[in-house]
Amino acid sequence: MSASVTFSSVTVTLFEGLVTTAQLFFLTLVFALPIGLLLSFGAMNRWQPFRMLRGTKFASGRFGCALSELRPISLVVKTVVWIIRGTPLMLQIIAIFFGPRLLWGFDLIDRFPSALLTFVINYACYFSEIFRGGIQSVPVGQQEAGLVLGMTKGQIFFKVTLLQVIKRVIPPMGNEFINLVKDTALARTISVYEVLWMGESFIKSAGLMWPLFYTAVFYLAFNGILVLLFGWLEKKLDYFRA
Amino acid sequence: MPILEVNHINKSFGSTKVLNDISFSLERGKALAIIGSSGSGKTTLLRCLNFLETPNAGQIVVNGETLFDAADHSSKSDAEIRKRRLHFGMVFQSFNLFPQYTALENVMLASLLLAKERPDYKQNKREIHEQIEHHAIELLSQMSLEGRMSHYPHQLSGGQQQRVAIARALALQPDILCFDEPTSALDPELTGEVLKVIRSLAEQHTTMIIVTHEMAFARDVADHVLFMDGGVIVEQGTPTELFENTQNERTRAFLSRFSQNS
Repeated sequence: MSASVTFSSVTVTLFEGLVTTAQLFFLTLVFALPIGLLLSFGAMNRWQPFRMLRGTKFASGRFGCALSELRPISLVVKTVVWIIRGTPLMLQIIAIFFGPRLLWGFDLIDRFPSALLTFVINYACYFSEIFRGGIQSVPVGQQEAGLVLGMTKGQIFFKVTLLQVIKRVIPPMGNEFINLVKDTALARTISVYEVLWMGESFIKSAGLMWPLFYTAVFYLAFNGILVLLFGWLEKKLDYFRA
Repeated sequence: MPILEVNHINKSFGSTKVLNDISFSLERGKALAIIGSSGSGKTTLLRCLNFLETPNAGQIVVNGETLFDAADHSSKSDAEIRKRRLHFGMVFQSFNLFPQYTALENVMLASLLLAKERPDYKQNKREIHEQIEHHAIELLSQMSLEGRMSHYPHQLSGGQQQRVAIARALALQPDILCFDEPTSALDPELTGEVLKVIRSLAEQHTTMIIVTHEMAFARDVADHVLFMDGGVIVEQGTPTELFENTQNERTRAFLSRFSQNS
């Protein structure tokens, strides 16, 4: 067996793993970026359904007062973000995949979609905080200038705020994207055949250690491209200051 | 008939009363200056006129049309509020230009977005675009910014930025142009160019409300001056009445503090 393992055959195998890694990476971004943006709006939502209680007898107590101030959408989103950011990603991967099996005795979804789902939820939460910071760092004056010029809220967001937000979130997003490339390796926990799993498999099958270390080259190359891409984006948006 | 009538405006933030029974009117083509110390409610008054704040009581009437009435509780759609806003233009203390657009694009943006709502936009897209661009170039030239049209805000001085902001506010042809301390964020040597532009607008009989700390300018350019203190209009009149025949003790104290400082 080990006789048939050559550098090029290992490379081919690892490339197969890289396809899975890349799929996880891109699909996670496709879903987590918009969901993260929605979550950031949720966290900033100021809806207070019990506001009319204010000034009544009911709101004089401590409970009534807290209830009248309650912003349920924001509270729910912030709680979810706290749980997801406050627990290990590896634990989430295991819980989402094995949870249904323990509860109902069968797998709800396959390994790859299960891992993807976990990554989407996890990264959407991180992205939401980055978006929230980006949106809140745009001066209120920008929105007010749009309002007095008769723009709609949608026009203000898409024509005025969004590009400024994108410019501001590029550096922290670069970090998250690079983290995501490496975090895909955690899908190995539920036997998704990504690069690291492929590299590790040679230990058992051929008693070879080097393919595992060789995976680092693939991660470095992947992240190298991302670094270049983000550098290019940053330069592209360098024409204005915000 | 006055172009603007403000009747009994009240505004509180929580338990703090910021505006207390403010009433005044403004004739078409006249310039009104509002003076007073910080925290006297001048800025809040302008923000109420531009619907950035909602008064707790009172009315705002423009050209005989009631734009705002606190007693009228029927909810307004966003589109209605937007339409009402267009009666007023606003120039902010901190310019608030859109950083990702050039000077010309800043002036054109709102007009372009508004034009998209016109029923004939699709057929005459090019013509409408050209008209808007032509008008914007004209306005920027009027602000002596011919050579700065394709500059981004960060490439312009504060005075130039504020002049772009004035052109941007004028682009929508508001009935009344409001200035919120337009020179307060500028270096002293840059205030002159902005004041000059406002002065020339006054000479062309643009209806304006100017909140300012530039007393000499207010006295020179305004047709009517309001002195505000603690959320009320303490005294109002022509510049001569207010600056030379000051009636009220608070006005006198305020003006003397100013002449000492300058």
